Amino acid sequence: MPTATARLDVDALLADPSIRIVVCCGAGGVGKTTTAAALGVRAAERHGRRTVVLTIDPARRLAQSLGLTELDNTPRQVKGIDTDSSGGELHAMMLDMKRTFDEVVQAHTDPARAQEIFANPFYQAMSSTFSGTQEYMAMEKLGQLRSRDEWDLIVVDTPPSRSALDFLDAPARLSRFLDGRMLRLLMAPARAGGRSMFNLVTASFGVFSRVVQKVIGAQLLTDLSGFVAALDSMFGGFRQRAERTYQVLQDRETAFLLVAAPEPDAVREAQYFAERLVAERMPLAGLVLNRVHSTTLDLDAAASLAAADALDAAGDQAVTADALRVHAALVRQTEREAQVAQRFTAAFPAVPTVPVTAQPADIHDVDGLRTIGDALAA
Amino acid sequence: MGSEEQHEQWPARLHVVTGKGGTGKTTVAAALALALARGGRRTLLVEVEGRQGIAQLFGTDPLPYEERRIATTPDGGEVRALAVDPEEALLEYLDMFYRLGAAGRALRKLGAIDFATTIAPGLRDVLLTGKVKEATTRSVNGRRAYHAVVLDAPPTGRIGRFLNVTTETARLAKVGPIKSQSEGVAALLRSPMTAVHVVTLLEEMPVQESADAIGELTALGIGIGKVIVNGARPPLLASRGRVTKQELKRGLAAAGLPADAGSVAALQAEAQAHLTRRELEESLRTELAELGRPMIELPQLADGVDAAALRTLADRLAGRG
Repeated sequence: MPTATARLDVDALLADPSIRIVVCCGAGGVGKTTTAAALGVRAAERHGRRTVVLTIDPARRLAQSLGLTELDNTPRQVKGIDTDSSGGELHAMMLDMKRTFDEVVQAHTDPARAQEIFANPFYQAMSSTFSGTQEYMAMEKLGQLRSRDEWDLIVVDTPPSRSALDFLDAPARLSRFLDGRMLRLLMAPARAGGRSMFNLVTASFGVFSRVVQKVIGAQLLTDLSGFVAALDSMFGGFRQRAERTYQVLQDRETAFLLVAAPEPDAVREAQYFAERLVAERMPLAGLVLNRVHSTTLDLDAAASLAAADALDAAGDQAVTADALRVHAALVRQTEREAQVAQRFTAAFPAVPTVPVTAQPADIHDVDGLRTIGDALAA
Repeated sequence: MGSEEQHEQWPARLHVVTGKGGTGKTTVAAALALALARGGRRTLLVEVEGRQGIAQLFGTDPLPYEERRIATTPDGGEVRALAVDPEEALLEYLDMFYRLGAAGRALRKLGAIDFATTIAPGLRDVLLTGKVKEATTRSVNGRRAYHAVVLDAPPTGRIGRFLNVTTETARLAKVGPIKSQSEGVAALLRSPMTAVHVVTLLEEMPVQESADAIGELTALGIGIGKVIVNGARPPLLASRGRVTKQELKRGLAAAGLPADAGSVAALQAEAQAHLTRRELEESLRTELAELGRPMIELPQLADGVDAAALRTLADRLAGRG
C-alpha cells in the first residue's frame, strides 16, 4: 500500500457524536453493503451508538445475518450482537422502493386520490421501475429516519446504480423533471379544468401533440395526463424534502465513505465520485479500499517463479514449487493493486484511506462483520 | 465477408452478455466479439448504459452514437463498436417512422426526449433493445450486415427487467408503433437467434446472482447460452488438503531460499489461504454446473486487460488455446 496519504481513522469517525450519517458509496460489487453493515456493528458494539443500517439490496446471506428475512421497510433490531457493555443498539432495514413511494403518496393526498394514483398504469411503472426511483426513495427514507431523531447514527448503503453518482443526482433530476417544460405542457389541460390537451394551440405544442398522439396514442396520453396532474398535487412536498436531505448530505453531520476494490473500474468510479463530492461541497471522509491482498514473505515474483521451476526440474519438491507459484501470483496481485490504488491517491492525496485485507471466504455472519470492522479500524 | 454459417459453439446471432458488477462482463463481451469476428467476419459490440466501458477497454476516445471499427483480426475480421444513447435512439426511431426532421430537434429542446425516457423506463429499454435488434437483423445488399452482435448488457440485477420489454411497455402502450416495436424486440429475444451469457467469478455473490438471473430469464422464456467463469486461477496445489511447514522448509532449502521459521510460516499461511479459497471455488463451481448450462472458464489475467490479453480470452472463447 502507498503510505503517502493519511490513514482513515474509522473509530474516531464512528465515535464522533456530531457525525449522524455515514454514506457508503462506490461501484457495484466492491463490498458496499458489507462495509456498511460492518460499520453498523462496530458503531453499536464498540461506540455505544444507537445505529440503523439502511441497505438497498443486500446479498441474501448477509441480509439473513442481520435478521433481515423480509423486505418490510421498517428498521428491525439485529440480534446476536454484543452491546451489553457499550449500551448501543443496532437496527437494520432493507429499502422497499414501491412501499416507500406508496407512503409518500399516502402522506400527501387523501385516500380516494391515493387509490386513483395507485391504479394509474404510469404510477405502477414509475414506482417500480423509474430509473432513479430507488435513489429518490433512498433519499426519502434517509430523510424520514433522520427527522425522527431516533438514531445516533444512520449508515446508508447507496443503491447499486448504473452510476454511483445517481444517488447525488436524484434530487436535482427530480427538480428538473418537475420544473421541466414538458411536465407543464402536459399539466396544462388538467389545470385548465380537464379539457383535452390538444385544444391548446401554441406553436411548439402543436408539433408536440401531433407527435405524441401518433407515437403513443390517446389512451396513453389520458393516463399520462392524469398521472402528471397527480404528481403535481403531491410532489412539491416531496421535492422540498429531497432538497432538504441534499442539504443534510452537505452538512458536517454527514460523512461520505467511498468504497472501492483495487481494480481499475472501481477505482475510476471512486475518483469520479470524489470529484463530484468535492464539487458539491459534500464531506468526503475517506476511502475504504476493500479486498486488498498482502504478503509478508520478502521474495519477489520473478525469484519465486524461478525457484519453483528449478524445484520442478529437480523433481521432488512439488508442493513447495506450487506454494512458490501461489506466492508469485500473490506478489503480482499486490503490485497491481498498489498501482491501481496509487491512481486514486495521486489524484486525491488529501483523502485518508484504509485498506481492508481480502477475506478467504465471503462474509455472512456477525462474526465476519466484526472481523471486517476490526480491519477497518486497524 | 465470411460465410453466413454460425459459429458451432456460439450459434446465436445476438449474444447478450450480463453478469454482476465487477465480474468483467465488458471484457468478456469484447473478447467474444473478437472471437466471433475471426474468419473474416464482421461483428458489432454494443453498450447501452452510457458508461463508455468499451472505449475505456480499447483505450480510445468516447464512442459516438455511430458504428465504428474498434479492432481487427489477422484473418480480415472486424469488430465494430456502438454506444447506444437512448435519446439518439428515440430521435432515430421517430425519424424512421415519422420523418420528423426539425420537429425532432424541437422535441429535444422541449425536454420531451428526456421526459419520455424518464417517465416510462420501459420505453427507454425498448429503444435500446430496438436499436440492438435493428443492427442484428440489418442486411446490406442481401447479406447480413453483422455476422453476430454482442451486447454488453446491464448487470444481472437489472437484466430481467431490461430484456422483458413487452410486459413493461404493454402496461403503458396498448396499441400503436411502440407496442409493435416492443413485440418485435420480444420475439427476437425469445427466439433461438438470441442467447444470454452470464459472466461470473468464483465468488459467492456473483454465483448467487447468476443463478437468480438464469432462473428469472428462463421464467421469461429467454434462452440462456453459456455460463462464463471469469478470472479462474490455475489449479495450484491440486489434490492437497494441507501444506506442512516441514515440507516447505525442505523445499525452500532445496531451492536455496531462506528457510527460517518466519519465511516458512509466511509461505504456509499463503498456501493455506489459497487452499481455503480453492475449496470454496470448487463448491461454487459445482453450484454453477448444477445450473445445467455449458460452462467456459477464462483465465485470470496477470497483467490487466490489454490487446494481447483480449486475444487470449478470444482464443479461449473460440475453443482454441
